[in-house]
Amino acid sequence: MAEPTLSMRGINKSFGPVDVLRGVDFDAYAGQVTALVGDNGAGKSTLIKCVGGSYPIDAGEFFFEGRQVHVHSPRHASDLGIEIVYQDLALCDNLDIVQNMFLGREAVIRLKRKADEENEAAEDGEGFNTRLMDEIAMEKAAAGALASLHVRTVKSVRQRVSSLSGGQRQTVAIAKSVLWQSKVVILDEPTAALGVAQTAQVLELVRRLADQGIAVVLISHNMNDVLQVADRIAVLYLGQMAAIVERKNVDQQRLVELITTGRSGDVGLAATNATAGTV
Amino acid sequence: MTTSSMTPESHPTSTEEKSHVPGDLAAVASTAPIEGGLGDYFRTYRQRVRSGDMGSLPAVAGLVLLVVVFWVLHPTFGSLANFSDLLKQASPTIFIAMGLVFVLLLGEIDLAAGTAAGVCATLMARLSVGYGWSWPGAIGAALVCGLVIGLFTGWLCAKIRIPSFVVTLALFLAFQGVTLFFVNNGPGAHGNISITDSFITNLYNGQMPVWLGWLLAAVAVLGYAAVKLQQVVSRSRAGLIAEPISLVVLKVVTLAVVLAVAVYLLNLNRGGTGIPQLINQGGKFVLVKPPALRGVPWVVLEIGFFFSVWTFVLSRTRYGRHVYAVGGNTEAARRAGIRTDRIRISVFVISSFMAAIGGVLIASNTHSVDANTGGGNTLLLAVGAAVIGGTSLFGGRGRPADAIIGGLVVAVIANGMADLVQGNNRDAIQYIVTGAVLLLAAAVDALSRRRAGAAGLG
Repeated sequence: MAEPTLSMRGINKSFGPVDVLRGVDFDAYAGQVTALVGDNGAGKSTLIKCVGGSYPIDAGEFFFEGRQVHVHSPRHASDLGIEIVYQDLALCDNLDIVQNMFLGREAVIRLKRKADEENEAAEDGEGFNTRLMDEIAMEKAAAGALASLHVRTVKSVRQRVSSLSGGQRQTVAIAKSVLWQSKVVILDEPTAALGVAQTAQVLELVRRLADQGIAVVLISHNMNDVLQVADRIAVLYLGQMAAIVERKNVDQQRLVELITTGRSGDVGLAATNATAGTV
Repeated sequence: MTTSSMTPESHPTSTEEKSHVPGDLAAVASTAPIEGGLGDYFRTYRQRVRSGDMGSLPAVAGLVLLVVVFWVLHPTFGSLANFSDLLKQASPTIFIAMGLVFVLLLGEIDLAAGTAAGVCATLMARLSVGYGWSWPGAIGAALVCGLVIGLFTGWLCAKIRIPSFVVTLALFLAFQGVTLFFVNNGPGAHGNISITDSFITNLYNGQMPVWLGWLLAAVAVLGYAAVKLQQVVSRSRAGLIAEPISLVVLKVVTLAVVLAVAVYLLNLNRGGTGIPQLINQGGKFVLVKPPALRGVPWVVLEIGFFFSVWTFVLSRTRYGRHVYAVGGNTEAARRAGIRTDRIRISVFVISSFMAAIGGVLIASNTHSVDANTGGGNTLLLAVGAAVIGGTSLFGGRGRPADAIIGGLVVAVIANGMADLVQGNNRDAIQYIVTGAVLLLAAAVDALSRRRAGAAGLG
């Protein structure tokens, strides 16, 4: 298999006396949906926050596109091309879709000097960034990102987010990662609050995201969702990576067994390890 | 030639869809989809109002209603002199409220804005009168004092993380002491400092020359028309939905008519009847014309300037967008890489800075300061003005225009009630009515928020 876009090796993270992650290895590949599953308290959120730069890791190595990186802030992570779509979506209700998709990274109008206009290469050079936002460029780019995901449920990109349904919000949050040409997109429980039809739409969107060559990480409690859309499934059990399995090699029963006990048949943590983790 | 940077794709030219319009048209400012012609536009607008996004509509309607009621009950309310007085009386409240809009946008409160105005005003008076500083130094010191106060308040709220309610309540008390200290110490008069600098007293009381009023009105209308047209042209050229041109024309013409009528009225002589009177001067009777009083008050220019600046900042700059974002969802803003602490500090700096200007105007009005300057209900009226104008107490919604509309409502109530109700209970009734209006505005805010929430789920 090709080199993983995102690779974590031996990640340790503790909060005071509590070891939340112990020697976790995790990979995500371009063009694939990697599901990350585990029971409550298994460390899924913590692992994701380490990837996203919200938490510093205590020990372990973090590789992005083969290079070792030290992600120290959410901003740094998104600069690398790691986008996290949180469960609570992190959208501002009082702003519209365009404003939300560009939040914190608003385009500004750039005035070029006369000489630079003839010289395309001077793009980053002599120009002068004004403080004015470039609304037209932002609106076009946002509409383009939604169109590339074949989103037709959103009437206007200038709608306030407060007027959107749960599924539409999820769509906006996901489209944001397309807009910013993210390489890794992590979706935290994207279908948790959605109805049947909307869940189907979002899962379709997740698949399309991977088909665009993005490494997608899907966190979910819903076994149906995971089995439907994932290519690989990583199971966390009490802070340890119990197993990383191909979708085609598991069924729902084995997956549940892995999640609840940390092992299933010959896959998973050794019996002693598994019990050592119990609190 | 302009191009964008930092976008995945880059496109030439630019503008913004969001319109910030003075006066009653402000309510039509749009973030909702606009399609087709004028009819569609108004249909969309009606839908937004129905779903609870009312903007300044209740305040503008209330303002018109109040003016009509007071005018009918008490005809001198509509006199030229009273019209100009209303604008002046509203000005300190408008300035303080304009700063408070920023704080309220974050869902915070600045209870110390009134007494901060008092501190800055007494500092200015002490420097001007006691130490003989000329007006640039004295006013400059007052404004810097406002900035420092805001920095301190913001730091306590954002870094130490004391709730702004507590921080500013404590400062509200402390600043009364500081005001008292400035009034009773240092060279010059104690207790009540009379300001003699004519520049300072003219800030509130002066009027501009007749020609300047017309010139500024023309500049305002042309500037507004240019901005709107540029928006429409560049949006249509980029293939995006633009405001219908008929609506733009309607807005510009309305603004032009409103400003022309206002400037015309303010340029009429309001100093008296204008008929020469026979006056006995040293045994001889001479015909003397009463001094003419005409011209747009300077406060209108002062308000217009800051209104334009803050509207521009909030609607067109990244900083303004970030203020709205932090007010709407702090966590989302933080995750988007916005330095929420800095935004939080900055809004308190703006609030106290605008309060300092309000304080200077209060001192200018009375030609003096004393221990009560900026105390009493100065703050409450300003908070009331912002909320009445349509700024939400829950954060995320508000515009500088709200401060102007709300400030006028508050001034109209105070002015109209003072004329209308005479006798012992005058103040009592005025307080009760102002309080009731504020409660009404807060109720409208809370209800519209609930409706917007319900509409959002649908």
